[in-house]
Amino acid sequence: MSGLSATRIALIYPELLGTYGDGGNALVLERRLAWRGLPAEIVPVRAGDPVPADCDIYLLGGGEDEPQVLAAEGMRRTGGVTAAVQRGAVVLAVCAGYQVVGESFPGSDGLLHDGLGLLEIETRRSFGPAGEPVPPRAVGDIVVEPGPALGLPPLFGYENHGGRTRPVAGAGGEALGRVRRGVGDGTAAGTDGRVSGRVVGTYLHGPVLAQNPALADLLLTWVHGGLPALAEPPEIELLRAARARALEVA
Amino acid sequence: MTSLTPRTRAAITVGRLAADASRRFGRGSGEMIGGKLALRVSAGALGELAAQRPCVCVSATNGKTTTTRLLARALGTLGPVVSNSGGANMAAGVLTALARPPFDAPAALEVDEIWLPKVAREVRPRAVVLLNISRDQLDRSNETRRIAALWRQLGAELPGATAVANCDDPLVAWAAEGWSRQLWVSAGQNWTADGMVCPSCAQLLHRNDFGWWCDCGLARPEPSVLVSGSDELVWFGRHVHAKLDLPGRVNLGNAAMAAAAAKLFGVEVDDALAAMTGLGDVEGRYKEVPLGPGRRGRMLLAKNPAGWVEMMELLGSSPPRPVVVDFNSQTADGRDPSWIWDVPFERLIGREVHVAGERRHDMSVRLAYAQVPHDVHPTAEQAAAGAGAALVDVVANYTAFRDLLVRSAARARGEPGPPTAAFGPAGVADAVATLDETAPADGYRRYDDRTGYASPDKYENHDGYDSRGGYRSEGGYRGDEGYPGRSGGADEAGSRP
Ligand SMILES: [Zn+2]
Repeated sequence: MSGLSATRIALIYPELLGTYGDGGNALVLERRLAWRGLPAEIVPVRAGDPVPADCDIYLLGGGEDEPQVLAAEGMRRTGGVTAAVQRGAVVLAVCAGYQVVGESFPGSDGLLHDGLGLLEIETRRSFGPAGEPVPPRAVGDIVVEPGPALGLPPLFGYENHGGRTRPVAGAGGEALGRVRRGVGDGTAAGTDGRVSGRVVGTYLHGPVLAQNPALADLLLTWVHGGLPALAEPPEIELLRAARARALEVA
Repeated sequence: MTSLTPRTRAAITVGRLAADASRRFGRGSGEMIGGKLALRVSAGALGELAAQRPCVCVSATNGKTTTTRLLARALGTLGPVVSNSGGANMAAGVLTALARPPFDAPAALEVDEIWLPKVAREVRPRAVVLLNISRDQLDRSNETRRIAALWRQLGAELPGATAVANCDDPLVAWAAEGWSRQLWVSAGQNWTADGMVCPSCAQLLHRNDFGWWCDCGLARPEPSVLVSGSDELVWFGRHVHAKLDLPGRVNLGNAAMAAAAAKLFGVEVDDALAAMTGLGDVEGRYKEVPLGPGRRGRMLLAKNPAGWVEMMELLGSSPPRPVVVDFNSQTADGRDPSWIWDVPFERLIGREVHVAGERRHDMSVRLAYAQVPHDVHPTAEQAAAGAGAALVDVVANYTAFRDLLVRSAARARGEPGPPTAAFGPAGVADAVATLDETAPADGYRRYDDRTGYASPDKYENHDGYDSRGGYRSEGGYRGDEGYPGRSGGADEAGSRP
């Protein structure tokens, strides 16, 4: 990719998928490029507007049930994210966004809704036998040990979701990682999230990249190839050390 | 009191005894525990006591304590008024207020936004003041639209009651639309991110400088009262001068709402506003407190993005003092600190900023990405000690604010105030947790950054990122616009803050 053209970071439907600081991920990516002297541009895509297919990174955040359904319908109708992924664009989808990039998810209307199918996963209120109570909402701190192929340190975050998520039979890609604390996907596999190609989904919600700069840089590497070295802001390592102590992660 | 049932009379006595005991043991005013026990003795006490007197309930995500206090002042021009205090704003705190004599005096009642329907169904208020709804403590599933729907439904259950409602907040306007009477006030809305989608039909709202509307027909109602300047209201077509001692335009909006509610009781606006003048702080908000040798702080509460945006406005209209940001994430704050990424901290660029609190490192990273130079200290007192001025503005969220008030009160009494150990958050928080009506039994471990708190002198402070040459900042980020896509008490915990 040319060093002259700005990396375009699409923030998808912040009014619908921006419940809790999700826009922070766009700022983290933009800053980490700018600190390296690489131009970047955040492209907010308002709900109702067509999703541009020419961005480099697409960010989907968390949202309440009804906005989540609207967001999925909007993206399916305009097709921009799907076209961009076929072109090799990067997607980070968190919380409700993670459910939306899968194949199907439940709405507050009790119906199943179609997702974008960018990840071969499905979300339900429960995968338990019919008649058994659905599991409680997963709310709290979460720590995920990423799969070794990703070469990432533990991911720290917060989760707040009702759905449970699993890969469909024969799904491509890998789990993002093993849950060391918290619930994550909430299945017997004990994992959270999915990575397939350049699409990443996770229940670590909101500004997940703020606490996990290595994940931010991984996404940027997918766009740029090798990145110039960055003298890491000291605040971030202090935060990671504080979280590791608080969450008892050695 | 003669028309009360014996059971309710007994309940009031039990409540008073418990409150007295609570006060003697130094656990605050005792409103919560007293009210809680009284409700246990007589479940109908709330309705019985309220039936004796005219009541107004005040609810909101932000500003309900201040507005209730302003309303009590305005109603006080007519005679005695009862009101809850200390932020005890659930059923127990409301009951304690109603159990105060004189029993026919009007009641100005602050009510938690989730508790409003439950309390108001019993209290049958003459009017309900509805200020705003915004994202707050999402880890408790307090979705904004759900609260608006609860309020809307309440209107149908209170025929004859008036909703004194902020027409600038679409969620509030939709909630109040179905009530039998409305008095619309334009109190403003600094934070619009929760008012982007129509609460009625979920389409995107249209907005311009004059209001908001939806294709489905829902639109901003025309207000009878509006804030038209930094010290002026338009009051039923007439310009009224309003000079408060509480700072900021947000408090003028609160005053307009309170004056509108007081009008329903026959209070003239000029009398109402005159009575509000002289109120300079509310439950510690806006108060100047001692923070240690040679240091004082003005206390500003900001417990969610909307609150922070209000405080940004206030800071922008005040002398440019150093700012101490004191940030926790205990249960009463919401465990999830993600929301600080919704706050346009870029507006602090150019200020001297110091960060403190249990989640100071989360705040520090947020400020680093906002390119706000700052340093980090375990406590607000230590942060203030390093500040370049004797008077600082402290912006704190709920438990940080509460704990700092407790410590500064001890300091003002001349007690040796170790800033951390004796009055540290854990002790107070434990007392609160045992009383908190809504504290979830979540089994969460309380965040306890021991290196920071237990040995403050060993804490390795570091300079803000401005001291480093390593960062490049090409710009491209417009701090004054927030980021794209965004527009913007030592109580005994009978309150959900
Ligand atoms: Zn509508």
